[in-house]
Parts: sequence; C-alpha cells; structure tokens
Amino acid sequence: MLRFVVRRLLLLIPILIGVSILVFLWIRALPGGPAAALLGERATPEAVAALEHQYGLDQPIYVQYGKYVEQLATLEFGNSSTSRQPVATEFRQRFPATIELAFAAGFFALIVGIPLGFFAAKRYQGVVDHTSLVISLIGISTPIFFLALILKYVFAVQLGWLPSVGRMSVLIDVPHPTNFYLLDAILARNWEAFVDVSKHLILPAIALGSIPLAIIARITRASVLDVQNEDYVRTAQAKGLAPRSVDFSHVLRNAMLPIATIIGLQVGLLLSGAVLTETVFAFPGIGSWLVDAIKARNYPVIQGGVLFIAIIVVFVNLLVDLSYGFLNPRIRLSK
Amino acid sequence: MRTGRWLSVVGLSILVLAGCGQLQSSESAAQSTAPAVSDRPAPSAGASADGERGGTLVFAGARLAASLDPALTSDRESFRLLRQVYEPLVGVAPGSANELVGVLAESWDGQPSDTTYVFHLREGVKFHDGTDLDAAAVCFNFDRWYNFKGSFQNPSATYYWQVVFGGFSTFNPDSGAPEESLYESCEASDSSTAVITLTKPSATFIPALSQQAFSIASPKALQEFGADEGSVDADGIFHPTGTFGTEHPVGTGPFQFVSWTRGDRLVVERFDDYWGEKASLDQVIFRPIADNAARLQALQTGEIQGYDLVEPQDIPTIQENGDLQVIDRPPFNVAYVGFNMSMPPLDDPKVRQALAYGLDRQGVVDSFYGGRAEVAKEFMPPSVEGYADDVPEYTYDPEKSKQLLQEAGLTPPVKIDFWYPTDVSRPYMPDPKRNFEALAASLEKAGFAITPHSAPWSPDYLGKSDEGQLQVYLLGWTGDYGDADNFIGTFFQSPQKQWGTDKNDEMKPVQDLLAQAEEEPDQAKRIELYQEANRQIMTILPGVPYAHSSPALAFTANVQGYAPSPTTNESFATVTLG
Repeated sequence: MLRFVVRRLLLLIPILIGVSILVFLWIRALPGGPAAALLGERATPEAVAALEHQYGLDQPIYVQYGKYVEQLATLEFGNSSTSRQPVATEFRQRFPATIELAFAAGFFALIVGIPLGFFAAKRYQGVVDHTSLVISLIGISTPIFFLALILKYVFAVQLGWLPSVGRMSVLIDVPHPTNFYLLDAILARNWEAFVDVSKHLILPAIALGSIPLAIIARITRASVLDVQNEDYVRTAQAKGLAPRSVDFSHVLRNAMLPIATIIGLQVGLLLSGAVLTETVFAFPGIGSWLVDAIKARNYPVIQGGVLFIAIIVVFVNLLVDLSYGFLNPRIRLSK
Repeated sequence: MRTGRWLSVVGLSILVLAGCGQLQSSESAAQSTAPAVSDRPAPSAGASADGERGGTLVFAGARLAASLDPALTSDRESFRLLRQVYEPLVGVAPGSANELVGVLAESWDGQPSDTTYVFHLREGVKFHDGTDLDAAAVCFNFDRWYNFKGSFQNPSATYYWQVVFGGFSTFNPDSGAPEESLYESCEASDSSTAVITLTKPSATFIPALSQQAFSIASPKALQEFGADEGSVDADGIFHPTGTFGTEHPVGTGPFQFVSWTRGDRLVVERFDDYWGEKASLDQVIFRPIADNAARLQALQTGEIQGYDLVEPQDIPTIQENGDLQVIDRPPFNVAYVGFNMSMPPLDDPKVRQALAYGLDRQGVVDSFYGGRAEVAKEFMPPSVEGYADDVPEYTYDPEKSKQLLQEAGLTPPVKIDFWYPTDVSRPYMPDPKRNFEALAASLEKAGFAITPHSAPWSPDYLGKSDEGQLQVYLLGWTGDYGDADNFIGTFFQSPQKQWGTDKNDEMKPVQDLLAQAEEEPDQAKRIELYQEANRQIMTILPGVPYAHSSPALAFTANVQGYAPSPTTNESFATVTLG
C-alpha cells in the first residue's frame, strides 16, 4: 500500500515537468506579452520594449525556461505582473473559493445524480428513467454560462430568492482566517453569515454541477443495471435479504466503483468549469483569476496557477485510486 | 418499450423548443417587470428620519484597483477609488471637463508663460492619520515622484508623471522613461506656500495637476508603510513590500480607507474631519464584477446600488424599470477611422476625401450606440476648448466619392485594407465588428473594394497600429483631462507611424500649430490655435472621426446627487440615498 502511494507521488514529478513545459511554451506562443497588455492603448513601442527587457522576455526561450526551472526548484513562483503580489499568496487567497464551489457542485451532483441514476435503473424504462435521461441530456448540452444566466434570471432577478453575485453579502462582515467562507462563518459563530454564504453557493453550484450531475446519473444507472444482474445479487435475494439491504450492501456498493473513477475525473472538469461559472457569478476563485491572467498575459500567474491545479488533480486522482481498496475488499485483499 | 422511447424523444424536443420560446419571451418580460427586492437585505436608507443622511452604498466596477498608491496607477477603475480618498492641489469642477478649481491649493500664482508657480494651500486640512497638510507635505510628494528609481521609472508604473513631466532626477536609458523632465524643484517657503519650479513654461501643467496620479498623500504614511520599498523579482516584476498601497492609503479626501479584501470588496467610510462639506453616506463599498450582464443583474436584485460601463443594449431595460435610473456622462472620447498616409493610395488627399464622403457615419451612430452618441465632426469632443464649429464637414455622399476617385486618376473600385479589432469593447466603440461592417458596406457603395482584416485588440491590433502596419483602421481615444492637447496633441503633434506621418509630411502645418499652442501663454490665443489646427486637420484628413459616445452609469432610483464627469472624476461625497 505504502509503495503504491509513494510510486504514485513520484509520478507527480514527470507530470509536473511536462505540464510546466507545455504551459510555458503555450503562453509564449500566444501573441503579445504582459508588457503590451499592461500598457494597453497607451503603449508606445519604446515603452513595450523597455518593459519586456525588464521582464527578461527579450531573451532566447531556453534562457527564459532555464530561469523558470531555477525558480521552481527553489519554490519561487514569482509575482503577478498586474497586482504585483506573490503568485503563491494570490493562489492561496483565491483557491478556497474554488474549492468551496467545486465541493458544493460535486455535492449537488452526487446527492441528486446517484439517486436519480439508481432509481432510473431500478425502474428501468419507466417514467423516472426517461425523465432522468432528458434531464441528463439537458444538463450535458446546456453550456454552463448559459445555464448560469438563466438560473440567475429566474431565481435572483425575478423571484429574488437567491443572490446573483459574489461569495457573501458585502454588508456582512466576518473575519476570514481560512478563506473558506463557510468555515469562517462557523468559526465566528455567525449563523447569519453561514446562511448567507450558503445562499451564495447554491446557484453557482447548480450551474457548475449540472454536467457532472448528468454524467454521474448516467454512469450510476448503467453501473446499477450491470450489477443488478450479477449472480451475487440474485444469491442475496434468494437468501431472503430485504430488498433495501440488497440494494445498499450489494448493488450500490459495487456500483460505486466506476462512479469513484468518474468523480476523480470530474475534479478536472469542476476546476475548469469553475472558470465560466466564476466569471458569471463574480466568484473570486482561481477560475476568474486565470481568465484575467490570460487576458493580461500574466505569465507568472498562468504558469503558477496551472501548475498548482495540475498538482491538485493528480492528488485527487491518487485519493480516488486509494479509495478503491476501501470500496472493494477484493482489490484490497489482492495486494 | 417502443412507445417509451418515442415519448422521451418527443418530450425532449418539446422541452427544447419550449426552452427557446421561453427565452424569447423572457427577454421581453425582463423589460417590463420590477425586480423582486422585497426580501433582499436593502442597504440602509439612512439612520435619520428624513432618510437623507447616512447609509451604505454598494457600487460595482469591472475590477478593483491594482494599487492604492496614486503615483503608481493609471487606470480608470483605480482612479474611481483614489478619488474618494485622495485629493490633488488643483481639481476640476464637478461635472466639468476643464473648469479648474482649487482643491488643496486655494489659489495659485503662475501663468503658462512662467516657470515658477506659487500654490497657496488651504489651511486646516488634515490627512486621515491626523497629520497636517502643509507645503512640506506637498513638496515631499512631488520630490518623491521626481526621485523614483529603478522599476518605478517604467512607463507602466508611472504613466502620468511621464506624460506630464517626462523624466526623473536620474536617467536610466533602459527604463523607458525620457531623459528630460519638466519638473525642477519644489520649495516650502512657509507652511502654507509651496513653490514649484519647472524647467520650461508649460500650458498643460496646471490642468494636468487635476489627474488623480498627482494626489497628495500623507508623508508620514508614505514613510511609515514603506511606499517606496520593494524588490524586483527574478522575472523583473517589481513587488512592493510596503503596505502603503495595499493597506494604508492615507489622503485628505472626504472618505477614508477601511479595508480591502482582494477580489471581494473595498470599503471606505466618511472622514468626519474633512475640511470641506462632509459626505452624506456613512460607507461606500466597491465590489468587482467583471461580467457586464452580471453587473446589471446585481443592480436588478438590489445587491448593488450602482455600476459603471453600462452596455448600450442594456439601457432600455434599465430605463423601463421604475426603480432604476441611467446617468449620462458628457462625451469625452472620439472614435475614428484612421489612415496611414504613407500607404498609397492614401497619400493622395483626394482619395482620403473620397473615403470621408464614403463613410456613413450617421448610420453607425444611430444603430450601434443605443442612442447615446453623436456624430463626430473633428478629433475632439465639443466640451473641450479649442473645438471649432466651422470645420469642413463630410456628409455621406457616395457619388461624390466616386467622382473624387476619378479626379485622382483611379478607377473604382479602389482596393482598401480595412482593419478592426476583436475581443474588445471600448466606450467609444462598443461593438467594433458592427461598426466595421456598416462602414465597410457604405464604402463599397462609394467606389471602394474593402478587404477586411482583424486582430485581437491587445496586443496585436494595438501593436500593429503603433508600428504603422494598418492602412485604414478603427480606433479611438478617451480623454484624460480637459485639454485639446490631450486629444489632437496626443494624435498629431509628433510624427507617428500609426498615421504614416513619420514618412508623409502633409501634416507638418498642423504639427507646427500644435507645438506653438502647447507653449502659448495667452489662453484665448491658445484656443484659437487649436481651432485652426482642427480646421486644418479636417482638411488634410489623416483620418475621419465618426463618433463621440456618452458612457453611462446606472443606479437605483433612490440614489441622488451623483455628479457625472467626462473624465470619470466622480466623488461619492455628494451622494445621498433618498
């Protein structure tokens, strides 16, 4: 088990090297650089040249990459070219927002998706099944951006039930030691803040979770259908176990395996989908951070941000792999 | 089973079609319903009985500031914030573009022909940290800017100092800053008299001082919180290590800084020891909402009480809502079709005239600006002094264009490369592509064959135009301060690749006029010179201006007293929540 974990962690190194090279080259392939972006309409060729010289962007690319690797080796992620704040600090400040959003979206996708898929399978070809198919297709085909605007229009503007932007009402003040607003509200024992933050999470979570919801529902359905016809299920039923017991201990538990894999892959989707959702809901997470950085050709932020995300995705997938052992004793015991 | 499948297909189609229909009807529904604000926590409409004093106003811009150090900012969103907390020596009357009023300086002695200016400072003014505003503080600020070193000298850091004053006390050829400086020295002859000496006369010095970048900050705070401290990292990016610009921006303004949570909000509160009329609001909270639609929706739900940069297409929605209002700014920009006069056939004045007669500018202004623009006759808006009413005008006349082309010895259709930017929306050009399409279509009727070209705004399009690679192109400019020099001086005073004036010298008479006007001490004569320059520009036609637009703000109906300024020099001190 330990060897497994260590081996997977060591795999991180070549993955990160690969990602860093890709990002490094790709953003420099984009036309223009931070100098022109910073100066905008007021850029003169001299000003741009001076700034590029200052940033070392007039050096040959391998020299730039060498410098970059040197910095990484000392865990120096540099400063943002627009805010002049350290990239690592900005990431730390903004990351909790995206995590909260991703968790909320994932949570939404799971608690709606799994039962939906399960009951669709149980009442195969029934009304629930067909309805869930329709919902899934709508979920997958509707662009997040569009869905977000509709949700905001209906629930915020027209009905006024939920807020339309941000993480928290600007009229509520709560200290932010962790920057996870839900956690901060609990730590401050501020119930009003907790409710407010939750309200702000609902619409973005639905928008962001709509695609994972659809996928999880379909996979659950297929998986449950599959498992239902297995011998051991029939055996359990024949033994006289209550249907609910059969469902939970045998069907669902075994059906979860492919779902666990999907969840791991969804993390990447959630983090990238967060970009659109965060923009529409003015959520200050890393998605909107990266979008602004790309527009401004903010190399340090793009490089640092993408690298951090790669690390997270690898870690989450590692956890998912480790969870197989927990979910399915057969895998655990076969070690 | 088969019926089941059919049902789901039919059901799905119905849902999809219904969705589309819903969307169209919901668009029109949006315009007629009032927002449901009943259970939204309405920011208090005031503590006192008449509801006029006090309260919190939440305002949304596209983003918050990069830094709250005025010397290091050059973008409008930052200026909006700085304007509440800092003040300059000389300001502009609320709502005006060029009417100068004394702010921290009650009065000043000095003419555009002088090199020495004496500023008589207002007495009894305090910074937010309790220290006094005196001549020593003023000179501290000016000397600080003049003595900037290292990466502070880069144009991206100290843009306005370089535009107005030029260089610094030490010249570094790598920095991008010019060598010569307009600034010589500042002396505090007594506690309320500051004497600033320039190296040569300048007619733009006093008006330029109204820029937010020249606001006076507390020397105590500047020193205590390390405003000049920082290191340059391995990427060459300057990283301020002091907390002046991030946590302790101390000025003399009607509001003082409370807190700044990046990406979330920036809070200022009323400064009760302000020297002038105290603000009515208790607090103003600024929040960044980058997406235009999100800003509008936040206003409709009541989460914000005002926002800037209203899209033209949203204006009818806001106007039809009785709980919201639109506030117009006087136009202070110009959108133009630029020519590179060194690229044939644009080196022929007749061809340029033909282009001018071939552009349906009224059509574009009527269609794509939400009714909030006027056709531009010249390269500066009417509110700026130096505007001439009697410039040559070119109403759309395709026949005349063709005639002129033939007089030039060319056979229509004449090929033209016409450029427009993508990925951008500017206040003077909300939708470049549509402007382009309409203008190109009108040119095609006038004897031209248009080859369309486009490039992403930044940095490609701007870079190419700077390098003079664009033959005919859409561009524009928003003024910084209310002086003709800021418009036509910026465009035409020196030869530039963008206009082809580095190779083509047809604009020489205009260049001479502008140079003369910049140094002309007599204001009346100066205005005449600029007017003459405008007449000549519209005769020579280095380009054709087509629109002045009025970017609008939107507020909830209960917000009173906001004075819009052409230069976005707007204070919340006069705002009340009625």
